[in-house]
Amino acid sequence: MDIIVENLTKIYGTQRAVDNISFKVHTGEVLGFLGPNGAGKTTTMKAITSYLIPNKGDIHVGEFSVIDQPEEVKKRIGYLPEDNPLYNDMPVIDYLRFVAQIQGIDKSRITGRILEMVKLCSLEGEKHKKIGELSKGYRQRVGLAQALIHDPEVLILDEPTAGLDPNQIIEIRDLIRTIGREKTVLLSSHILAEVEATCDRILIINKGKIVADGTPENLRKKAQGQEMLKLTIEDAGKNEITAALQKISTIDWVNPVTGSDNRFEIQSRPNVSSRRAIFDICVKNRWALTEMVIVETKLEDIFRELTMN
Amino acid sequence: MKEIWIIARRELNSFFNSLMAYILLIAFLGFSGFFTWISGADVFMVGQTNMQSFFGIAYWTLFFFIPGITMGLLSEEMRSGTIELLLTKPVSDWQVIFGKFLSTLVLICIALAFTLPYYITIATLGPLDHGSVWTGYLGLILMSASYIAIGLFASSLSKNQIVAFLIALLIGIFFHIIFGVLAGNFTGALGGLFTYLNLSTHFESISRGVIDTKDLIYFFSLIALPLILAEMMLTRRRF
Repeated sequence: MDIIVENLTKIYGTQRAVDNISFKVHTGEVLGFLGPNGAGKTTTMKAITSYLIPNKGDIHVGEFSVIDQPEEVKKRIGYLPEDNPLYNDMPVIDYLRFVAQIQGIDKSRITGRILEMVKLCSLEGEKHKKIGELSKGYRQRVGLAQALIHDPEVLILDEPTAGLDPNQIIEIRDLIRTIGREKTVLLSSHILAEVEATCDRILIINKGKIVADGTPENLRKKAQGQEMLKLTIEDAGKNEITAALQKISTIDWVNPVTGSDNRFEIQSRPNVSSRRAIFDICVKNRWALTEMVIVETKLEDIFRELTMN
Repeated sequence: MKEIWIIARRELNSFFNSLMAYILLIAFLGFSGFFTWISGADVFMVGQTNMQSFFGIAYWTLFFFIPGITMGLLSEEMRSGTIELLLTKPVSDWQVIFGKFLSTLVLICIALAFTLPYYITIATLGPLDHGSVWTGYLGLILMSASYIAIGLFASSLSKNQIVAFLIALLIGIFFHIIFGVLAGNFTGALGGLFTYLNLSTHFESISRGVIDTKDLIYFFSLIALPLILAEMMLTRRRF
């Protein structure tokens, strides 16, 4: 079931929290929603769940519009809000039963579904505890369990790993990836490594506008453009090597690393690689090439470049 | 309809899981029992087999207790953010409002059901006008429903339960006392208007055993109007 956002605009007072954005999320895709705080991620997600009514534009979940058929949309969405609000005075199992009932799950299937969720989210030991007594990690699992209990076709997760320890983060990521194979998942985060690890596609949003859209590799390639290499070449002087490297036609510039005699940074001209040429030169001069590393542009750099101004 | 009941049942469970329901039941039965049987204008002093002394007490105790029950219904959900979780489930704003309203009404009915032994006891003491007892209970239920609706509206106005409680009491006091006082001070159309707005006018006529459409219309408007306003407040957050 696809999510189609068309020209969504949401205004709070005079501030445009979301400014005319459009995008699609397809079935079997995990889309990562990335942006600095206050960029409009949460607002967009709230609009998709039909909690907020857009000032302009429309959102379709499958064939249903959030404006005209919010009830139909809500039946098909599993939603984990930011900060994961839950009824603290309810035992986990009672809460899951309440959500199952309100989602209209058939009476005969409710107990089965609850047990499945308890197992899936590893809540076995805490299922009779009150939610208010749980640690943050377990609360987050209850939040996920309630979002998944009616087996929704669309999952909206607002910062699903916030407050979890590293082991739990890995577990939740695995869970999201497993779910994402069959369902449509939209998750937001400002942790870049997380988005890179779980998402098929990334949408970077800043000040209510989409500033980048693509797979992690594509985004990196786009930002990279030119090849950057780190080299260590031994058995010759700094100047001699620098001069030799500068003669290679595919190399744009050479920068000897200060404080070291045999380390260099080079950048190739656009769309060409200098790696073979460097190797050949070393062989010809009988120098030892002990290190050659491609410097990858990190998602962090792209993120900073796109959202800092 | 099913959704309304699911929401109401969750709310009722939470009343009984916290001390709320028990405090209410004990305090209500304690107060009304004390003043019906032991002290003040009690049954034995009045020397008549009717339940007017109980209805008079319940009329006041419910007025104070109901805002205490309703204050958290929406404000607590707004404060903790669970309202977002509830409203992104396949339920409408109306179903949420009705569910919460129903939960408190059921709790009040449970409290009133515990006073049925008073009725049975008094009935064994002498001849009793059974009709007026039942309409008296009806009057209490209608009055409670009105104050629950007002309390629910007050709860939709603030994230702070205390503020919600005070607003509910403030609105309630107009219908409970102030309109009655004003009615005594004014004559003519204005006096008539205040007499009509005064809740006790309608409560007394119903608890005497007269079910007039005029009174029913009064109570149903006093239930419907705050509920409509509460729904509007709940919907407003989406814009």
